[in-house]
Amino acid sequence: QGGGSAVIDMENMDDTSGSSFEDMGEMHQRMKEEEEEEAEGEAGAGEEEDGEFLGMKGLRGQLGRQVADQMWQVGKRQASRAFSLYANIDILRPYFDVEPVQVRARLLESMIPVKMINFPQKIAGELYGPLMLVFTLVAILLHGMKTSDTIIREGTLMGTAIGTCFGYWLGVSSFMYFLAYLCNAQITMVQMLSLLGYGLFGHCITLFVTYNIHFHSLFYIFWLVVGGLSTLRMVAVLVSRTVGHTQRLILCGTLAALHMLFLLYLHFAYHKVVEGILDTLEGPNMPPFQRVARDIPVVSNAVLNTTAKTIALTL
Amino acid sequence: FPGLADVSISQDIPVEGEITVPVGSHSPDDDYSTLDEPVKDTIMRDLKAVGKKFVHVMYPRKSSALLRDWDLWGPLVLCVSLALMLQGGSADSKDDGGPQFAEVFVIIWFGAVVITLNSKLLGGTISFFQSLCVLGYCVMPLTVAMLVCRLVLLAGAGTVSFIIRLIVVGAMFAWSTLASTAFLADSQPPNRKALVVYPIFLFYFVISWMILTFTPQ
Repeated sequence: QGGGSAVIDMENMDDTSGSSFEDMGEMHQRMKEEEEEEAEGEAGAGEEEDGEFLGMKGLRGQLGRQVADQMWQVGKRQASRAFSLYANIDILRPYFDVEPVQVRARLLESMIPVKMINFPQKIAGELYGPLMLVFTLVAILLHGMKTSDTIIREGTLMGTAIGTCFGYWLGVSSFMYFLAYLCNAQITMVQMLSLLGYGLFGHCITLFVTYNIHFHSLFYIFWLVVGGLSTLRMVAVLVSRTVGHTQRLILCGTLAALHMLFLLYLHFAYHKVVEGILDTLEGPNMPPFQRVARDIPVVSNAVLNTTAKTIALTL
Repeated sequence: FPGLADVSISQDIPVEGEITVPVGSHSPDDDYSTLDEPVKDTIMRDLKAVGKKFVHVMYPRKSSALLRDWDLWGPLVLCVSLALMLQGGSADSKDDGGPQFAEVFVIIWFGAVVITLNSKLLGGTISFFQSLCVLGYCVMPLTVAMLVCRLVLLAGAGTVSFIIRLIVVGAMFAWSTLASTAFLADSQPPNRKALVVYPIFLFYFVISWMILTFTPQ
């Protein structure tokens, strides 16, 4: 009976053969290493010596070793199959099954709040549109950072942009999904990701316009109108899927606050630098630094002034 | 028919064997034959393949040579040269030389991987490395644009030079996008080409933006 037999008589196995599963793993590894060493060294090493090397005694030990060896192989094969099953990108394939017309329709719909909140609204569980919108937001943020001359740490600009946008999308989606779970709302994780992702369309439009036209009042109008519309749509869809006044209030209040505040943050984090430069370039007015020390001679006063100006300029 | 009566297989001989299609079975022979050739031949052959692909990118025709024999030498060379040229373009360049190189490298490869995954998920028939190869080779017009920008910036950094740089970078960006679209969009179902083109457009837009806003120290 060689190593290829499927039926093994287990009652003849010696208990003292030491062929437990974990030991077999180690021994398998050692055997492989020893085989490699032998292959490098001599041409034909004695493989019959392996049994004595590992302390196996007799035929029963050999049988037990083969059984455990087979189990190890089977386990390894199963583990690699499980890995290829879960690491397969085909799992995500159904979420990318869209047509361009559908994407365009959903983009436009994301700005239109629904009126029927007593009937659960359908949310498409699609990930292509949200993913592209997040990447577009990253590109717009980069553009905004460049025009506001935050070139100082160019290396981390990209990282900041990607981290902010993806962190918002994934983090707030997870948080809202958790809240929805607490408040018994009927929404799945993919639907939440999709909803929030399409809600970023309003952010993209607002930032694209206001990073190029620097008027504060224009930004506030866009923030209220465009940001408000997309927030209203998300809120209405969530309300239609939740039962109970308190739960609806919690969910919608949180989502509205986070969404609108994110737009405010994106604008102001990268906009005040432009303001600073515009102010200092406008006229010979002093930068807003307090000069506290007194009795300073004229020379060091002038040095202080020029240093303050250059610092304000490089900011 | 006495001879045909005994056509059955004996019971105690198991019927076994392997059902494998030997697809790459000629490669061991190839290895043996290319192992013995002089190193110059190997290098020249690889260089010629890379050069042929560069020509394909400069004049994008619908040929399958770029896709069939993919290689990543060209993308590596282009990426490294672009990252080197984009270095030293910030206010405090003394401590920011490192992250810029790594940043450009990571953006190009990470972006190419994301686009490839996206096109595969949308039902594309192209393989992972073929797509990486095409996207990497189509960075070449933008590398040329970067070279031109650096030369223009040597002359001066005014409004005229900005307009020249804008035109050059814009033209090269359009060329890159069209070249990669010509190769990649064919592998998609016909009604979804726009879904694949948009991320490519964004990818080359980000690289073009990095090139355009580069100001040397």
